[in-house]
Amino acid sequence: MTAPAPPFGITGGDAPASRTGRVRPATFLDAVRAETTKLRSVRSTWITLLIATVLSIGISALVSALTANHYASASPVDKATFDPTSISLAGFGLGQLAIAILAILFITSEYSSGMIRTSLAAVPKRGRLLGAKVVVYTAVALVLGEVLAFISFLVGQVLLEGQAPHVTLGDHDVLRAVIATGLYLAVLSIISIGFGTIVRSTAGAISLLVAVLFVLPGVAHALPTSWERAVTKYWPTEAGRQVTSVVPTDHVLGPWAGFADMCVFAVIVMVVAAVVLQRRDA
Amino acid sequence: MIEVRNLTKRYGTTVAVDDLSFSVPAGRVTGFLGPNGAGKSTTMRMILGLDAPASGSATIAGRTYHDLPAPLYEVGALLDAKAMHGGRSAANHLKVLAQSNGIPASRVKEVLAMVGLDAVARRRTKGFSLGMGQRLGIAGALLGDPGVLLFDEPVNGLDPEGILWVRNMMKSLAAEGRTVLVSSHLMNEMAVTADYLVVIGRGKLISEGSVSDFIERSGHRSVLVRSPDLDRLKQLVMAAGASVRPTPDRPGLEVANMDSATIGQIAAANGVVLHELTPRQASLEEAFMELTADSVEYAATTTGRPR
Repeated sequence: MTAPAPPFGITGGDAPASRTGRVRPATFLDAVRAETTKLRSVRSTWITLLIATVLSIGISALVSALTANHYASASPVDKATFDPTSISLAGFGLGQLAIAILAILFITSEYSSGMIRTSLAAVPKRGRLLGAKVVVYTAVALVLGEVLAFISFLVGQVLLEGQAPHVTLGDHDVLRAVIATGLYLAVLSIISIGFGTIVRSTAGAISLLVAVLFVLPGVAHALPTSWERAVTKYWPTEAGRQVTSVVPTDHVLGPWAGFADMCVFAVIVMVVAAVVLQRRDA
Repeated sequence: MIEVRNLTKRYGTTVAVDDLSFSVPAGRVTGFLGPNGAGKSTTMRMILGLDAPASGSATIAGRTYHDLPAPLYEVGALLDAKAMHGGRSAANHLKVLAQSNGIPASRVKEVLAMVGLDAVARRRTKGFSLGMGQRLGIAGALLGDPGVLLFDEPVNGLDPEGILWVRNMMKSLAAEGRTVLVSSHLMNEMAVTADYLVVIGRGKLISEGSVSDFIERSGHRSVLVRSPDLDRLKQLVMAAGASVRPTPDRPGLEVANMDSATIGQIAAANGVVLHELTPRQASLEEAFMELTADSVEYAATTTGRPR
């Protein structure tokens, strides 16, 4: 004999679970599932990922084809530092922007829509909410990044072949550079989610991202050479990018040292983001 | 059971909630009433752990919101109709909430049917009217079948049919033994919905009690009198200790501090003809205005009355 379920109650039980205390505590995995649905269920996600795909592969192919055409007339210096791997991954200079902007939107859209209050009422442990976002988005950026990097590389090498030097995945450091392209995008995504959490406004966070990626390294060129080298050497995104090329440029950290430099920056940004999220009123 | 104890919230130098204490017991609808800017929403956000109080505490069944292991099973809240991502469908919005607390996915369909949104479940909430947004917010609050429900201005933007629906829903939720706290700045709405009132103004508790107590305490009873011999009657009742004032919109007298029986006797004893003798009770709206008169944040300075 079961009592009839109350009109607003969960059906199928003899009493609502919530009022008898038969409730499993919510877990981090629950939050990860919810964030996955959040990311999948808005159209802007799919549009932005498509843009990232087109930019990364398309521009990489374009740059590879153009470079192949002009290789014969290139200067000896350019030929000496010619890096077929980097050329075939050139599209990520812009592709990274699409992936990073989607990372920013993943958190700032919660603030612009007011969803953040609903989200934090559902998951009051704020570190859990932020952690779940980072896990979900970083996984997406990593997987997509690896797929795009391998496709861009292979397409680029086909286009270079015959007119300019080309490499294969079996060549020294090439596989490392291609794999690291996905890793770089994953870490950049963590930094972007952190920026979005700290700044809260979409426009503000994108401006900060563009400043870090493009403007400040550009400004560094105006500095005296010794300063410029120091800034460029340790600037997180500049240092982090070294791991995605095979032929090293001068005055930079080694590939993995540079990547570690970027990871340290990502950790600092995330810690600041977690602290401000914890302290602020939603 | 919600317990608010000495809750205080400041924004800069402004005190939004000032040493506020009240409790919301289960089994009845508690109206949380106050003029705009009185601190109702801020208090509700503090109960939900969204805003941090400067001091004091808000607990649900003895625990802070933050300490609830699966909050949506215990507390459902409608904060504002637009606290959702416009690009997400109604069903997906609810699916996100259900997943975050481990609520079975089947529950999404159930609550959508309860609030009458099953036909638009796949539509993005961007195109929803305010009323549909309110319904979806209410569906979200009901997802975990919680014992405690908070609704911030739930009838805002609803049509009369929707208002009736919300009113009946809140009553049946309370009748099932749940704790229901509903805020409003509309006294008349609360009069027909709530059993118990917590009235605040400028962040401070003004009054707490049953709806009938509330009217009682606000006093303000008068008797409306009309008579062809109004001037004489006026002298007579004033001599007997009543206070009078002319009625604003038609010839007559509003007599205070004297009941209708006494006025009738005085009239009869002196041969004054009465055309009307109507006891009046202050409406809830008037009682509310009187109580909160000092605490309205943005008040009009003149009360223009047509002559």
